[in-house]
Amino acid sequence: MTAAPTQTQSETMDTGKARQARITGAVLIALSILVLFVFGMDSSGDATFRLSRPTDPWALPNLVVPAGPFNYVAGALLAFLGVRQFLQGGGRWTALSLGVGLAILVMAFLVWATAGKAFSLTGMLQATMVRAVPIALGGLAGVLCERVAVVNIAIEGMLLAGAFTGALIGSLLGGWGGLVAAVIVGGAFGFILAALVVTYRMDQIIAGVVINLFVLGLTSYVSSQVFSEYRFLNNAPVFRAYKIPLLGDLPVIGPMLFKQNLFVYGALILVALSTYYLFFTRSGLRARAVGEHPHAADTLGINVYRTRYLHVTLGGMVAGFGGAWFTLGSVGRFDENMTGGRGFIGLAAMIFGRWHPVGALAAALVFGFADSLQQKLALLRTPIPSDFLAMSPYIATIIVVAGFIGKAQPPAANGKPYVKE
Amino acid sequence: MSENLNDKLDTATQALLQRTTRGRQDFETLVIVPIFAVIAALFLGGLIMLATNVDLATIGESYLALARGSVGSLPAISETLTAAIPLVLAGLGLALGFRAGLFNIGAEGQLLLGGMAAVMAGFMLEGLPWIIHLPLALLAGALVGALYASIAGWLKASTGAHEVISTIMLNLISFRLLDYLLRQPFIQKEGRADPISKSVPDSAELPRLLDWLDPNLRLHAGVFLMLAAVAFVYWLLFRSKIGFAFRASGENPHAARYAGMRSGLIIIAAMATAGALAGLAGASQVLGVLDRATPGFSAGIGFDAIAVALMGRSHPLGVLLAGLLFGALEAGGRQMQVDAGVSIDLISIIQALIIVFIAAPLLVKAIFPWGFRQRKNAKGGSK
Amino acid sequence: MDVELRGITKRFGPVVANDAINLHIRAGEVLGLLGENGAGKSTMMNILSGLYTPDEGEILIDGKSVTFEDPGDGIAAGIGMVHQHFMLVPVFTVAENVVLGVEPTGRFDYLDLKTARKQVREINDRYGLEVDPDALIESLPVGIQQRVEILKVLFRSADVIILDEPTAVLTPQEVEDFFEIVRSLRDAGKAIVFITHKLHEILEISDRISVLRHGRITGEGDPAKLTTETLAEMMVGRPVSFTVDKAAPKAGAPMLTVSDLCLLDEHDDFALDHVSLQVRSGEVVGIAGVQGNGQTELVEALTGLTRPATGTILFDGQDVTRSSVRERHRMGMAHVPEDRLRSGMIASFSVAENMVLNSYYDPTYGRGLEIDWPKAQTTAARYCIDFDVRTPSVFLPAGHLSGGNQQKMVVARELERETKLVIASQPTRGLDVGSIEYIHERLIEARDEGDGVLIVSSELDEIMGLSDRILVMFEGRIVAEFDATNGPVDRNAVGLAMAGASE
Repeated sequence: MTAAPTQTQSETMDTGKARQARITGAVLIALSILVLFVFGMDSSGDATFRLSRPTDPWALPNLVVPAGPFNYVAGALLAFLGVRQFLQGGGRWTALSLGVGLAILVMAFLVWATAGKAFSLTGMLQATMVRAVPIALGGLAGVLCERVAVVNIAIEGMLLAGAFTGALIGSLLGGWGGLVAAVIVGGAFGFILAALVVTYRMDQIIAGVVINLFVLGLTSYVSSQVFSEYRFLNNAPVFRAYKIPLLGDLPVIGPMLFKQNLFVYGALILVALSTYYLFFTRSGLRARAVGEHPHAADTLGINVYRTRYLHVTLGGMVAGFGGAWFTLGSVGRFDENMTGGRGFIGLAAMIFGRWHPVGALAAALVFGFADSLQQKLALLRTPIPSDFLAMSPYIATIIVVAGFIGKAQPPAANGKPYVKE
Repeated sequence: MSENLNDKLDTATQALLQRTTRGRQDFETLVIVPIFAVIAALFLGGLIMLATNVDLATIGESYLALARGSVGSLPAISETLTAAIPLVLAGLGLALGFRAGLFNIGAEGQLLLGGMAAVMAGFMLEGLPWIIHLPLALLAGALVGALYASIAGWLKASTGAHEVISTIMLNLISFRLLDYLLRQPFIQKEGRADPISKSVPDSAELPRLLDWLDPNLRLHAGVFLMLAAVAFVYWLLFRSKIGFAFRASGENPHAARYAGMRSGLIIIAAMATAGALAGLAGASQVLGVLDRATPGFSAGIGFDAIAVALMGRSHPLGVLLAGLLFGALEAGGRQMQVDAGVSIDLISIIQALIIVFIAAPLLVKAIFPWGFRQRKNAKGGSK
Repeated sequence: MDVELRGITKRFGPVVANDAINLHIRAGEVLGLLGENGAGKSTMMNILSGLYTPDEGEILIDGKSVTFEDPGDGIAAGIGMVHQHFMLVPVFTVAENVVLGVEPTGRFDYLDLKTARKQVREINDRYGLEVDPDALIESLPVGIQQRVEILKVLFRSADVIILDEPTAVLTPQEVEDFFEIVRSLRDAGKAIVFITHKLHEILEISDRISVLRHGRITGEGDPAKLTTETLAEMMVGRPVSFTVDKAAPKAGAPMLTVSDLCLLDEHDDFALDHVSLQVRSGEVVGIAGVQGNGQTELVEALTGLTRPATGTILFDGQDVTRSSVRERHRMGMAHVPEDRLRSGMIASFSVAENMVLNSYYDPTYGRGLEIDWPKAQTTAARYCIDFDVRTPSVFLPAGHLSGGNQQKMVVARELERETKLVIASQPTRGLDVGSIEYIHERLIEARDEGDGVLIVSSELDEIMGLSDRILVMFEGRIVAEFDATNGPVDRNAVGLAMAGASE
């Protein structure tokens, strides 16, 4: 619409991108100082990362990294990236440099923490995948809802409802029965949310908060009123990991992707399916139109209300499936408030993933990595208190939501009720 | 001639200054909807008990116990008021935020850290006379709550980060932070391995008001704090200049900006005030009731306060009434658990249901159509 | 195809938007539908397209009575509508927008965009619309977006095409091109309904004219036998003169001097590209231009809502480039925002609260921290009387007022104090003729009292009628200047400048 600035003019003007690049540069330089003077100076000996177990068919040798030199190199790399950004940054390199820089930081941190010790990298990646599942499914539920412009704060409650139902019905009817029931109950809460915000035009945030309070109250009530007395109602079978032949034997990738339980495979399939659905089908196009410009969709004969009901219910079902992971996919027993904010982190994964299923999965993997890292680090006895490591996913979420790492546009009508005249 | 014209103008001005009377519609939203909401929620709560194998006699007994435990006796009323104090304080903060267009879910975290600060001010400043010590401890709570809430405000003002997500995350962070703090040697109670803080000395405690009648009556001076806060928030919102700016940016941020109001400052100021009130709620809880801080000492007050603010329609007097109702449910719920053996978690369900009905008046109208004036065409031409 | 409306009535609460309307639409004919803002034109067409259902009356297609439950039925019956506010999804491509709702699909619900593109190209070629099917809507200028809307209607093989205020966003030259498209559609046998409030346009394009006032048909006729005067009288209900009475300007010292103002948008492109202009006291400067060519950004920079990247703004001799909105307001800068509902007022606040929205902090309304509400309310009541704001009480929420009264309230708030410069952006958009006349008078009055007045409007007639000097904005630049003090400005020349033709 308007002409691009010419060279001489852009020099005199402080453009937003240049400023962002300078900030990124400064951050990277600060990180390089951290890596050089804290991790580098403090690292001695070798860090040993185990990639395979000796019993694996195709075992890889351990990865042994000399900790001190590695971190000096990492620090130097960070400094290079930072100075480069600071002096001549801008354009598409900013985001990439920051990404690479953060990856280097994580590696340096791992090497520092493992210096003089050994730990299983593959095991951590496997745990990453597992821990990413509820977050990814929560994020996917969010994508389905927000693509039709319904903000779903109730994902936390839907996960909890799924976990609870999985445990209760799973104890009575077995794992598959529990799974189906969890999906149905999740869908029911999705339907209730849709009814509240679409038909009764309740504020979307309030509706979500209320569903969370309600589910928390209901599940806590039943678990203290009923489960404490009838313990057999809270003792469901757990879906065990199933190794896919051949693929499961691959080093590193095998245990991470192909030696997992139903929920991991389910999450991956659902992400693929919903990507196809949203971006390559007629119904997906219509759903996105409802999220972007409901009035336009309405004038073209697309039923906005029905579309919203359908997708929010589907989102609820996905969240219900994700919730079942907590019980049927892991411990088989329901505890009060056992989702512990995973639904909210799923919401952050959705934002980080730019309202795209694959993006949400990728973001969930980052959060899952942070989560499993925290567990492993407790074993490595680093000087950082575990409470602070446990906070790191939350802090990361705030950073993501604040848009410090690239900002994306939500669907245009997000959060707004549509009133048909 | 000109006098005549002036007279006419005066009458015209006077006519414009006549208040429009409150209509039937206001009465419906302010009175009928809440009453039906409570009734419907209690009814559904009964159905849930029925579903979990509680027999009818016990259900009746539990609702009787609910009434007895909340308003049935002096100790019951004392408990209701005690439970209402932090709910009203935190609820006022949230209401203020709602008025300014901020959906602050972070009262729980602000309350926890505010309470923690009050406890620390309590045992670290031991030896001061109470007239200085108690206000200092309360101030510490308010200040820390305000600072913690300002983080979310600052993030929203400077980057546009939505306060719902950031305050939820700050809540989760505050739980961990509290756990961490309670294990620090200068805070942890001597000789204890579990996370628990040292006790607050008497000079920093909110005095009990009724212990001359019965030492078990827990009602404390925080009740005055609560009433003062109601008056203050009312003045702030509806009389003060800054409150006008809060409300304007809450109703229409664009118009507020165009009118020269500084949206960033308003967001931070509103969040800080809300956080200060939540911090005070935490402080009054530890200084008046608990005497020390433990993990999760807030017991979800910060979340219940959301419901209180919603039910009170973000009006200070409404928040007071809603806080008293929720305090009564809380106090009565404990009695219910003791007398009828029904888990107190049922109260959270009832509270959530009340809010569903309050926040979706259309739903209440659909369930109780006879309570409302029938309008042939519900959609008005304007708005 | 032949469509007839019989006795159509539609109410919104107490408001009767359409009152027993009869209308006949015939194939191969352009029916002009004229009416003021709020006369009920859009309601009627929304009924015809199936978006609203009428409370009474019936629609006949080729003599058979039909009922439309939702917009899909209207489309299926061959009725297509191009809305005043485009119904396009900005992040979709042209092809995606065109096929939305009637998509070609393959197996597994697969969206066959390849076929869609081909079909779009075919229609493109048949009617000479020249739109790239793969372009993103948000990257297209409004003129092209409008063609996409027409493509949508044609893709659904509509026989009746309703055009709701289609020329509002076009330059005079684009209007000519658009009329060519309309004529070719008519000649292809389509029935066209052309809705507008612009008299000369309706006379130029229509084969038959119906006039709507207060929800009723108040006149019908043949354009060859009608004049703008008679049409105006049918539309408003009384004789109207569309010229603004004003004396010659007595331009004085410079009140606002803008030099080299630049502002960047989020893509680091120029939203304002080295804008320089001057407004002197006692003159009205009008900024003409198609919406979205930097006018909004200019007004925001002038009033302090955004900080320019470079350049200076002198107001009454002082450099205010870095001053806040409030500081400028206190110095005597009045601002009537372009969208009153979004940024000019707060609908849920009372009239009194709205009247002090940007001066509540002033010691006049109470010293210290408190607002003296009785004082504010009395002042507000006086303002209402002065500016003919019709409200039963100053305690009434402003949202309950009519659009004209809301705008008069905003204008009252801005002008009822010591002002030196009035910046009015789209001051009369969407208002009835009575309110328009009133607001124009008050703006000229402000000029005659020695204020500098800067008017931004996309209605060229408004600019031509009010301004002593006309500046034309195009792509963030001032591309032309016309002096209106010595006789009327050449409308055609302004139109060409609006399209960027001067370069």
